[in-house]
Amino acid sequence: MPSVNEGEISILIGGRAGEGISSAGQIIAQLLSSLGYRVYMYLDYPSRIKGGHNFAIIRGADFSVGAVRETVDVLLAMNKETIDLHKKRLSDNGAILYRADTANVAEGIGVDMKGILASEHAPPVMGNTALLGAFVRSAGIEWSRAEQVFRHAIPKEIELNLRVAHRAYEAGTELLTIPPLITKRLPVVTGNEAIGIGLIEGECLLYCGYPMSPTSNLLHFLAVHANHLGMQVLQPESETAAILIALGGAYAGARTAVGTSGGGFCLMTEALGLAGIAELPVVIVLGQRAGPSTGLATYTAQADLQFALGAGQGEFPRLIAAPGDADEARWWTTTCMDLAWKYQLPAILLADKILCEGMYSLDPMEKPTLQVVPLMAGEVEHPYLRYAMTASGISSLKFPPYKGEVIRVNSHVHDEDGITTEDPQVTRAMADKRAKKLQGLQEEIEKMEPVQVLGIRDASTAILCWGSNKGICAEIGRRLGLRVVQPVVLWPFPESCFARAMEGVERWIGVETNETGQLSRLLRQFGYVPEGVVLKYDGRPFAVEELEGELKGRVA
Amino acid sequence: MTDNNFTSRADNTWCPGCGNFAILQALKEVFAELEHKGIPREEIVLVAGIGQHGKLFDLLTINGFYSLHGRTIPVATGIRLANPDLRVICVAGDGDCYAEGLDHLIFGAKRNLDITVLVHDNRVYGLTTGQYTPTSPSGFRGRSTPGGIQERPLNPLELMLASGASFIGRGYSRHRDQLKRLIEEAILHRGFAFLDILQICPTYSDLTEYYNKHIYDWDTATEDFQKAWEKAREWNYSAEGRIGLGVMYKTSAPVFEDAYPGKGSVSREVRRAFTERLLAERI
Repeated sequence: MPSVNEGEISILIGGRAGEGISSAGQIIAQLLSSLGYRVYMYLDYPSRIKGGHNFAIIRGADFSVGAVRETVDVLLAMNKETIDLHKKRLSDNGAILYRADTANVAEGIGVDMKGILASEHAPPVMGNTALLGAFVRSAGIEWSRAEQVFRHAIPKEIELNLRVAHRAYEAGTELLTIPPLITKRLPVVTGNEAIGIGLIEGECLLYCGYPMSPTSNLLHFLAVHANHLGMQVLQPESETAAILIALGGAYAGARTAVGTSGGGFCLMTEALGLAGIAELPVVIVLGQRAGPSTGLATYTAQADLQFALGAGQGEFPRLIAAPGDADEARWWTTTCMDLAWKYQLPAILLADKILCEGMYSLDPMEKPTLQVVPLMAGEVEHPYLRYAMTASGISSLKFPPYKGEVIRVNSHVHDEDGITTEDPQVTRAMADKRAKKLQGLQEEIEKMEPVQVLGIRDASTAILCWGSNKGICAEIGRRLGLRVVQPVVLWPFPESCFARAMEGVERWIGVETNETGQLSRLLRQFGYVPEGVVLKYDGRPFAVEELEGELKGRVA
Repeated sequence: MTDNNFTSRADNTWCPGCGNFAILQALKEVFAELEHKGIPREEIVLVAGIGQHGKLFDLLTINGFYSLHGRTIPVATGIRLANPDLRVICVAGDGDCYAEGLDHLIFGAKRNLDITVLVHDNRVYGLTTGQYTPTSPSGFRGRSTPGGIQERPLNPLELMLASGASFIGRGYSRHRDQLKRLIEEAILHRGFAFLDILQICPTYSDLTEYYNKHIYDWDTATEDFQKAWEKAREWNYSAEGRIGLGVMYKTSAPVFEDAYPGKGSVSREVRRAFTERLLAERI
């Protein structure tokens, strides 16, 4: 088996936008998954509908994988440009399969896509299916296994697609073997889907999103499944409207969520403080992309952590969690919803393009169980006070219509009844009430494994990462003998858990996809100073070789 | 909640002679009237923007959401989607609703949400002490525009008609009985009910004489778009013209929220079974 490393394989498929690169990539990920591999897919595309170069890299490995390599073992080219751009990535024994009528490559195998499509009277859009059929053969994958995957993954005209794929399969040649692994087979989902599943499991009743990469597919995913779940999915006039609709829904008792990227979050910032002072729960999925401003619309960054920490005028409690893979995304989304409702505050799920649009093998880890508070349980004393002072700072949450009671929420400083006040003592008491909730939230968070320790757990040299850099750091940490510390909850900062995770660490290096080391800046507040930082801010994720080389130099 | 006058313990801080007093009183009477007709007060929610109008939130003993400047309608949308049994009344100002929140107003009308929007149109910013608003007349000299504004005012009735509101009317704070009837009719209308309420501001822009000279009552509401359009254009909020009061336009149209399931509640177990099935398909 031609492979840069034992137990893993990387495949790149590329072509023009509109040629089905993403869906073909997903099918390859499913194929590898069906062979028992843990998979990760990175999708790279410019901000265009037609034209422009798109490619996906799918990596399968015998360990939990969350990043791609620069080197690939198989190059699947829908056009010549793909070969020209990516040939340099090919490993020594690598194979190229390409569309025969667009190129003539001595070391590759041409697929007669045109002829195959013509003989099946299939439309040009099925060209990717033909290339997939040829790939299946070249990788020595049994047709019956491939057919099963195709049947699951292709939504339309499955019989015609199968005929096209099979014809290409028959005409193909076996070039390599991908040995099946004996492991539990796992589902393959995008980060957006994992977040959507987390929202569904978190009893979200209303989701609002204004289309924006990289969270548009979360909006699409929920829109498709909403009907089965009594869930409402709405695309309003702006992100400003989206979050306010969510807060209106929360006031009336519905669990609500919104999704956006940095630009949309700028508009939501106005209502973030409203959620804070009015003590209304909401989950905000913030899928970061490269900024500032419009930036690189379809590329990645982790540059909104400091923005999320400080967004909104004034001071108010918030929850910020940054999951690092699909499993964490699913669980922390549900948990964000539960905690937002328990503590009546906004929760930000901080993701990025790599997590949102990447595909992962979803491997459910054991997680602590959260006590979900039944919200409508119990009667309240008359008169009901929406902001009643309590030891925990949490007031009883009731929704209109509530017989005999008035329920007021207010963006101004207000008294226990929700009536506007400018009284200095009440102002201070209400600020303290909200701060108490944050304290309680932090105590609860500390019991929830909010900081992950990966790599070599007792090593004295560590790399610190957050969000989507989890997978790549864990992998490299294992190979280089480094501890990897990944705080998942970034606010309220789980100081105790973090201190435990750092016990015995003598030096550490921050790894982040931004310009200024935003996590390191946060950690300095708690007295942790990095020896150095490895930063990438060109819109692309770290490749394994790239980061490994960089870290080797630093920790040697 | 046993009081019958819907009056809270909050202090009233409006200037003497403010048109808001009339709107406050009309609302109290309408709430009592509605209760009499079988609509319990607990099913009413008032959503207020920021401006002098917003103080209604504190003054009334009625469910309320004191929102942000210009942001009443999205909040109302969320409330209606979460619980379509609630009757939602947005109280907004002209700066609030026609400037900062104009997009939401247009979209509320476009969707024909089943809500009521009362715009306290005093045509000047009161809370920030005397700047021009989108409906201030041409030439208006405010504190930020000492030389007088060159812009033309928006005509909210024209705008709402073009946007798809299914109930459009105009009230006047000095015609309290009519105002009360209009508000009640607006609340009972099924669909987006919009009332532009000409509200006297005795402090920054007292147009009492001008209004008293130009107002007249419209006959019954028309369902005819063209006729309504002509009525809306009788006065352009600036020059001389007859200022019609009453319901200008009323029609029946599909309501946005009806397309949504509303008050859905699927248990965590059922949801979990659904997601497990979904994940099984991805293996």
